[in-house]
Amino acid sequence: MVGIKSYGAYIPISRMNRDIIGNAWGTRSIGGERSVANYDEDSLSMAVEAALDCINGEDRQGVEGLFFASTTSPYKEKACSSIVATVADLNKEIWTSDFANSLRAGTSAVRAALNAIKSGEAKSIMVTAADCRLGTPRSVDEQTFGDGAAALLLGDSDVIATIEDVYSVSDDITDVWRTDQDTFVRSWEDRWVMVNGYTKNMKAAISGIMKKSGLMPKDFAKVVLYSPDARSHVDLAKSLGFDPKTQLQDSLITTIGNVGSAQSLVLLVSALEEAKPGDKILLASYGDGSDVFILQVTDAIEGVKNKRGVKKSMGLKMMLPSYEKYLAYRQLVSLPEEFIKLFPSASVMWRTQKWVLRCHGSKCKHCGLVSFPIQRVCFGCHSRDEFEEVRLSDKKGKVFTYSLDNLAGGIDPPTVQTIVESDEGGARIYCLMTDCNPKEVKVGLPVEMTFRRFHREGGFYNYFWKCRPAR
Amino acid sequence: MESIKDKIAIIGMGCCKFGENWNKGPEDMIIEAAYEAYEDAGIDPKDIQAAWLGTVGAHWIGMGGLALAEPLKLQGIPITRVENWCATGHEALRNASFAVACGMYDIAIAVGFEKLKDTGFPGLGVGRGMHPVMEMRRTAPSSFAFIATRYFHTYGLSLEEGKETIAKIAVKNHKNGSMHPKAHFQREITLEQAVKAPIIASPLGLFDCCGNSDGAAVAIITRADLAKKFRDDPIYIKGIGVSQNSMMPHFQPGFDWTGFEVTQIAAKQAYEQAGIKNPRKEIDLAVVHDCFTITELIIYEDLGFSPKGKAKEDVDAGTFALDGELPVNTDGGLKCFGHPVGASGLRMSYEIYKQLQGKGDKRQVKNAEIGLAHTLGGHPSVSCVMLYGNDRG
Repeated sequence: MVGIKSYGAYIPISRMNRDIIGNAWGTRSIGGERSVANYDEDSLSMAVEAALDCINGEDRQGVEGLFFASTTSPYKEKACSSIVATVADLNKEIWTSDFANSLRAGTSAVRAALNAIKSGEAKSIMVTAADCRLGTPRSVDEQTFGDGAAALLLGDSDVIATIEDVYSVSDDITDVWRTDQDTFVRSWEDRWVMVNGYTKNMKAAISGIMKKSGLMPKDFAKVVLYSPDARSHVDLAKSLGFDPKTQLQDSLITTIGNVGSAQSLVLLVSALEEAKPGDKILLASYGDGSDVFILQVTDAIEGVKNKRGVKKSMGLKMMLPSYEKYLAYRQLVSLPEEFIKLFPSASVMWRTQKWVLRCHGSKCKHCGLVSFPIQRVCFGCHSRDEFEEVRLSDKKGKVFTYSLDNLAGGIDPPTVQTIVESDEGGARIYCLMTDCNPKEVKVGLPVEMTFRRFHREGGFYNYFWKCRPAR
Repeated sequence: MESIKDKIAIIGMGCCKFGENWNKGPEDMIIEAAYEAYEDAGIDPKDIQAAWLGTVGAHWIGMGGLALAEPLKLQGIPITRVENWCATGHEALRNASFAVACGMYDIAIAVGFEKLKDTGFPGLGVGRGMHPVMEMRRTAPSSFAFIATRYFHTYGLSLEEGKETIAKIAVKNHKNGSMHPKAHFQREITLEQAVKAPIIASPLGLFDCCGNSDGAAVAIITRADLAKKFRDDPIYIKGIGVSQNSMMPHFQPGFDWTGFEVTQIAAKQAYEQAGIKNPRKEIDLAVVHDCFTITELIIYEDLGFSPKGKAKEDVDAGTFALDGELPVNTDGGLKCFGHPVGASGLRMSYEIYKQLQGKGDKRQVKNAEIGLAHTLGGHPSVSCVMLYGNDRG
């Protein structure tokens, strides 16, 4: 049976009360909170977070493909899927592909993975979707949008939910868009968008799959509908004969916001977290048409554990104190130029990606000493090239020493500098700490690793690992 | 392995006024220091047979010895530019010493300078690493704050106790610096000012950090057996130790972050050459690398002046004050002179040189015969310890 083997999700820890945005512009707040990617996060780094949540504890060797879906890929030309696959420490002999430009990109990637597995070409493919969309300042979009990511590991065995049926409709409608010239998402008059875009297409697709499968609304334990706002999906569910109170999956619009092309997968993860064996789930995405899936939860769902998922991420939050910080995080204001003298080099980053991206350290085969970054000559016994690589990204550690640095600059000072002692053989990791309250940093604080955007010197994005308080 | 002890004599030194020398270029500072040294040694510039230049500024990398040849019009002699992080000034002198000791030259000059105030940045810079991301936002204050945090933790000092201890070092050095006309900062500070200063990199506050200053210093050396031809009171090199770590301590498994092995090893090398068994008793004064006050605290231990973990007791007892058992940073140290990187090792040596000649003015240490100058640089990963004496022995 083909279906979902594992899932993961990532919601940035920063949340902004929407009243802050309303107050900043003197406009009405739509209420609730939205997630905000930290200044060092983007769709790629969030996809990595979700991928690691999904893959940790699973068999990395068996994964034969990785897809990255987003409307906000940091690159217009360069595959982010290859970066995510490398950071997730997957094999090189796999199929990677980026799905872009549509709010449906996430479910399109799922459908492509499904087809590949069904055809027997691959046994297991991971799909990641992430978005960090910008609403025009002062617009309702700015309040409604949120940032986040999800990942699904699809395969042909040991699935927690089978994918029973799929159905799609395509419709060219310029309702919500962003051209290659735009920074912010645009949309046409909202009544027209709702009636002729969202409602019409969702109804056509959902009615289509119901007819095809011969199922009735009452057969579903949960209906997961793409939700452009807090209300439209409720009206849609009602009109299709579902009971919003018992059957409709919470859209998370009031707590996280609309996470774009990742929304359908984030909400599916949320539904799976509550699902019981035998549950049927209907999933419908939207964007120039609609993709609809029917899933059936298996007994294996009860074996899922140690996932951060949506539920745990929801409980982890730090409130953004001001709208200005949001502007700074998204680089929508110009801050003083930084005095950084790091040299950019694509070839160096490529040559060192075993530790820069895969977060591998070296464990000496003679004396057992573990070092990070990878050392060819052992620190302890001087043996040359006799080490095995060990992955540190999934290991916790403790702060050995630290400093809160006001001189180091950056968007959100103080910069928290740390020396981490990894649980993996005591390797020392010199890194910055992120997603933390500087006042709570202390010697001995348990930490975990997180993959972040560092800078764009040289005209390309440089990513590396930081630590954060263990969650 | 031979010792450098008593093979080299310093016969002249010069040091420009350190500070925010907005109206002086490197050339002005070099000229000021070099002509003081020529006069002090009683030599003509044409007597110089070889030169060593220490500077680390990015502007000078790849420029050979031009920064020295141009202002001093040193024509036709070899000039070698050296750099070794904060030990750069010492390295210029060390390399010149070996060339003279082997008999290749009779008179050589070692020059160190740095022009920090033309960079537009109020510090040594941020994140200048060997890799595009590895050392993102690494700063010198943070590297030494790592030491402070871990030292306080290891030896059970509360934040308040720790900060007060290192603040006493700042107060001491500022007091000494107030008596040196060439220091950048010549003002005394109070313990309260030091403790309550704004935080630069926790737990280090403003007065825990040395200044960012421009400066240049110069030494003229000759073989020890020739020294008395130039002056009656030459100063002799008694030992030179340099140690480099294989890698930055940030990566080193097991590194305890309470002291620096490179200082310990450099000191051991220098002590062995000089025949020093008990540094605390045998050394009369020391000018050490107080880039941060915490650095000076651990240097007391790394140089063997205080037992490990006990430096606080000596600080509280005033052991290292000008009138204490072993005066340290009698000129005010990096705290008051700032740290124009290439100049610092030679500036420290300048203070020792003057003190051993009895020219320490209001700061004169009584009966000073053996002095130590110490630099510590890199992440930190390199250290130099030089010992000087006023008796050829």
